[in-house]
Amino acid sequence: MSAAERPEDREERLNRIFRVLRFVLPLAIGAVLLFAWEYVVRAKDIPPYILPGPVLIWKTLINDWTSLYPSLVNTLRLTVSALAVAIVGGVVLAVLFAQSKLIELSLFPYAVILQVTPIVAVAPLILIYVDDTSIALLVCAWIVAFFPILSNTTLGLNSADHNLVNLFQLYGATRWQTLRFLRLPAAMPYFLGGLRIAGGLALIGAVVAEFAAGAGGTASGLAYRILEAGYRLNIPRMFAALILISLAGIVIFAFFTLVTHLALRRWHESAMKREN
Amino acid sequence: MRPVVELSGVDKVFSNGTTAVRGLNLAVQAGEFVSLLGPSGCGKSTVLRMIAGLGGITRGTIGWPQASHDATGQPLPQLGFVFQEPTLMPWATVFDNVYLPLRLKGVSRRDAGPVITGVLAQVGLSGFEKSYPRALSGGMKMRVSIARALATSPSLLLMDEPFAALDEITRLKLNNDVLDVWAERALTVIFVTHSVYESVYLSNRIVVMAAPPGRVVADIRIDAPYPRDEAFRTSALYNDYCRTVSAALADAMSAPPLAA
Repeated sequence: MSAAERPEDREERLNRIFRVLRFVLPLAIGAVLLFAWEYVVRAKDIPPYILPGPVLIWKTLINDWTSLYPSLVNTLRLTVSALAVAIVGGVVLAVLFAQSKLIELSLFPYAVILQVTPIVAVAPLILIYVDDTSIALLVCAWIVAFFPILSNTTLGLNSADHNLVNLFQLYGATRWQTLRFLRLPAAMPYFLGGLRIAGGLALIGAVVAEFAAGAGGTASGLAYRILEAGYRLNIPRMFAALILISLAGIVIFAFFTLVTHLALRRWHESAMKREN
Repeated sequence: MRPVVELSGVDKVFSNGTTAVRGLNLAVQAGEFVSLLGPSGCGKSTVLRMIAGLGGITRGTIGWPQASHDATGQPLPQLGFVFQEPTLMPWATVFDNVYLPLRLKGVSRRDAGPVITGVLAQVGLSGFEKSYPRALSGGMKMRVSIARALATSPSLLLMDEPFAALDEITRLKLNNDVLDVWAERALTVIFVTHSVYESVYLSNRIVVMAAPPGRVVADIRIDAPYPRDEAFRTSALYNDYCRTVSAALADAMSAPPLAA
């Protein structure tokens, strides 16, 4: 490093280094852990039904892909449908709440009850009362995913600038106009925040529901693969299915983070680039 | 001559029981630039909001002798309102913010285009149509807010301490611009302020209010010619008026509260 380096150059250089470290450090830690794991498994000669090494898990993932892939698709399909229904249901209900305090007062406690009751405890009942298993699964995943969307969107719809509300009133705006041009855009950042949480929860709800359902059938998801592999003491396969669930969660989160950024980058504080 | 708006015996009692305004009489003539001046909490903003039809009144009447009426006999005054804050929609461009009042009235974007270009030019913001509010300075945001109020071509412009949060230099510039707009459009303006100097510079009539409860304590005519400029700001006439108005305001502040 030359003695004549200017402070802003130094800052720029440090920024570049941190940008690289942000990816390199976690990857390095992961590599070290995986290596240590594989080493311990081999050195101690641990049998695969106790703890398989990363290499075996990877091989299992490749070899069992033909049975794991359809399960991944099933779980994702359940997650996405549950999330879609949660978005529609959550937003529609939030809009109703914003239109009428009476509706909010009547229904909000039940939304809270749905949210605070552990889905694992409710899922068996839902599976008994809903004949169609795929619909029962959808209901379970939906219950978990819908609350953050409802509560965030409700908060957002009520967060519109008070003076802007007055302005709309002054120009004789209809309810629909106020909703469309003011409340919905104002609720957008809140809704997107809820969506990011709900995306992850929809996956969790889907997996929990699949666990509770147990029975395979044609539409069996990754949770069922884990159960099934567990009964057969096929531990590498349990890990392989688990990895797919984690990856699905990461992709869902990254996707909604990107959507949030794209939707808000032009106006919202959270997505703005700052010069200082 | 019939006034643009006439408040007679207006009371405003808030839901918590506070009497914000009591027995207010105020008639504003067409073409007047009226400042409502008073200490904070004297109800001047409340008066403005009542005129704008926000929040309703407890007693008395607000008449619009010159306005047209709808089928049910409700007056349809042509109002523009400028808040203390710019109150822009952060998710919308400057164009869309100014378009808002026209959009709410069902005017198509195409038809609104020339109007919006016109009002933006008048407030000195030509070329900023596609900017978002966050890219603008405080003064420019206020100009967008004024442009939005002008978009519907109102005959009466209500301004609620619009420049209180701006720096001195920006405020003086905007004062002149508001006077230009007022003259060019032959507007009537009701301007709420707590600044004696601003009210004397701008207005041809100053209504001094006191509290509690909010009421009019002085009504002072400023007989100085327009257009007004920096020369007026340093003239003896301006100083005399500032002194008169300051004295009226001091009286207002020391006035004993009325019995409830």
